Amino acid sequence: MIRHATIERNSILMLVLVLIVVAIGGLVEIVPLFYLKSTIEKVQGMRPYTPLELAGRNIYIREGCYVCHSQMVRSLRDEVERYGHFSLAAESMYDHPFQWGSKRTGPDLARVGGKYSDEWHRAHMEDPRSIVPESVMPGYPFLAQTALKTRGIGDHLSANKAIGVPYSDEMIESALADATAQANPDADGVDALVERYPGAKVRDFDGNPAMVSELDAVIAYLQVLGTMVDFDAFKVEENLR
Amino acid sequence: MSWLVALPVGLIGFVGLLAASRAVDTGIYAHGFVFFIAAVLAGFFAIRKNEEITREWQASKTSQEPVYNDAIIKVGVIASTFWGVVGFVVGLVIALQLAYPALNFDLPWTNFGRLRPLHTSAVIFAFGGTVLLTTSFHVVQRTCRARLAGLWAPWFVFWGYQLFIVLAATGYIFGITQSKEYAEPEWYVDLWLTIVWVVYLLVFLGTLMRRKEPHIYVANWFYLAFIVTIAMLHIVNNLAMPVSIFGAKSYQLFSGVQDALTQWWYGHNAVGFFLTAGFLGIMYYYVPKQAERPVYSYRLSIVHFWALIFLYIWAGPHHLHYTALPDWAQTLGMTFSIMLWMPSWGGMINGLMTLSGAWDKLRTDPILRMMVLSVAFYGMSTFEGPLMSIKAVNSLSHYTDWTIGHVHSGALGWVGFVSFGALYFLAPVVWKRQRLYSLRLVSLHFWISTLGIVLYVAAMWVSGILQGLMWRAYDSLGFLEYSFAETVEAMHPFYLIRALGGGLFVLGSLIMAYNIWRTARGDIRQEAPYGVPSVAGA
Repeated sequence: MIRHATIERNSILMLVLVLIVVAIGGLVEIVPLFYLKSTIEKVQGMRPYTPLELAGRNIYIREGCYVCHSQMVRSLRDEVERYGHFSLAAESMYDHPFQWGSKRTGPDLARVGGKYSDEWHRAHMEDPRSIVPESVMPGYPFLAQTALKTRGIGDHLSANKAIGVPYSDEMIESALADATAQANPDADGVDALVERYPGAKVRDFDGNPAMVSELDAVIAYLQVLGTMVDFDAFKVEENLR
Repeated sequence: MSWLVALPVGLIGFVGLLAASRAVDTGIYAHGFVFFIAAVLAGFFAIRKNEEITREWQASKTSQEPVYNDAIIKVGVIASTFWGVVGFVVGLVIALQLAYPALNFDLPWTNFGRLRPLHTSAVIFAFGGTVLLTTSFHVVQRTCRARLAGLWAPWFVFWGYQLFIVLAATGYIFGITQSKEYAEPEWYVDLWLTIVWVVYLLVFLGTLMRRKEPHIYVANWFYLAFIVTIAMLHIVNNLAMPVSIFGAKSYQLFSGVQDALTQWWYGHNAVGFFLTAGFLGIMYYYVPKQAERPVYSYRLSIVHFWALIFLYIWAGPHHLHYTALPDWAQTLGMTFSIMLWMPSWGGMINGLMTLSGAWDKLRTDPILRMMVLSVAFYGMSTFEGPLMSIKAVNSLSHYTDWTIGHVHSGALGWVGFVSFGALYFLAPVVWKRQRLYSLRLVSLHFWISTLGIVLYVAAMWVSGILQGLMWRAYDSLGFLEYSFAETVEAMHPFYLIRALGGGLFVLGSLIMAYNIWRTARGDIRQEAPYGVPSVAGA
């Protein structure tokens, strides 16, 4: 039996023992999530984000929306009634990083897609209190006035592909065209875009045809949240964990 | 000055200029120049301090008695005080933004979403981190009776860490974040911190190795565990794929559920090892010193040290109850969180009982009073934490202000007060003064801040539980009773009380800054000493 005095007299021994002791918990809890097949449910409908949605997601991250909005409906009665079906692990499997959040100063956004119109979002981003008088959300009027930076948007898809998001070479090549097409229903590439990204909403989200703005991207992202999975085909009993 | 200084400094400057010249976004452009400016400043610093630092180092080699590196402690006390005030003020600003949203000014650089990470990083990493660096450098030298290892290495660690803070803070304001809470800085800032942290570990270990005492003192066990574990957590949680080597943006290696658990494995242990193990190191040195009593129980130190570091790591999943994380992981996290109560209270008991035989000093020593209250807050928070990790309780408390209140009873009460105690202890030591400028002002700081904490925490308990209950309230027909907006409206009075509490805490920190500044100047306030009966009585 090792005496504690031995450890106390040897800094390297102590260092090694500390490292072993603190490594165990993480190894037991995190590593199985990568190989247990039941961790991520089998669902239909999940696809990678379109370039415009991905750009919107990056703005959502940049502005720190996650500090006040969760994207995780818990399996509790009131949450399911308020927000919709509880969130599945599969729904965030292409989210690098995850956006589950930890605080609801504002409501959960996991299923906000399709809940409000684009006009609602435009007015709400411009001045939240014009729509919800009790809101304490900051206004984001600058999003509508800022052109979306699309330079190198294909590189963003490539980086995602390198870490496991199933973007095809074709998607990466046409990333720039897809980003502008999604905000312009009259564009030539719309059909190809929807073929590549089934169910993608193509609209002039910010109501300003002259420019693809950051607001276009943010609304495109918000409108897709929680809408991908086909819940008619999802069986809870087959996915108990 | 040798190539040992010139080479790294030159390299940092070169990399900075290279990044700025090739930058694909404004963030890297600005931060490239920050690196370059830092290298220039480091060059000036090295040239100016070269003689002084080398002379002291030479003296320490020949001297029988240890020649301590106290210059770095002095800078550390100043920087800790500065970052404390900055971090608390930003906290007050964002508290007011929640009460009065017009204060966001609808600008990118001033909105709550960008300032909140600025607040959390300023208090945890700028204030807390600088306090930990400073006190660990002080404690390890005194308890090993050896000079800090390395000629320039400790200075690199200190100023390199300050550079990390500047990069992180300016990054948030410009919108550079990877959105992982308490790990927001992007990949290149993470790399920089990794380099600094490895040198920190080497300096700390090197000092332990040249100790003149046979045993490593218990405070150093905690500091060592803090440094090693933070290195492990930081590296794994920040694995990411940069979009471009000359761009700020990266994508996390893990996604969804795996990323979530990795994040909270990190996040909870940022609490466990940064804000707990590290600060327990502070407690184990400064409380016995201030009370002039030995640590209560050596055996308890051993048991609670190993139990604490083993159990803490498992607690992360309690941040993800009822989410898409598999149930087995949630249950495991809850179980270990509850078990964690015991080693936490082992530390509290060991700290509090150190005062046995010296309790009367609480009447006469406001610094000791501050430290003791901090240990009491540690005990309260580490009881509340396991309670909130129980799934049934968590279903109510999660996503609400209750969590914010819990964090702040630990952060303001435990981390804040034990840091203030250590800074008050250090100020007269590093400036070689007879005593602090004013003990009466310490007492004032104590009472104002304590009142602030009570207001803050009580307001968040009420608002958190109220909001949680409103979210799940049903009317007689079986419909949800409140809209989300109604629950937001109900928070307003509590947000005002919270801001008032935070304001008092800021005021207290300003009093401390004044006290330390006057101490540094060598002033002593003429005031009635504690413990002497008043002559004017009757």
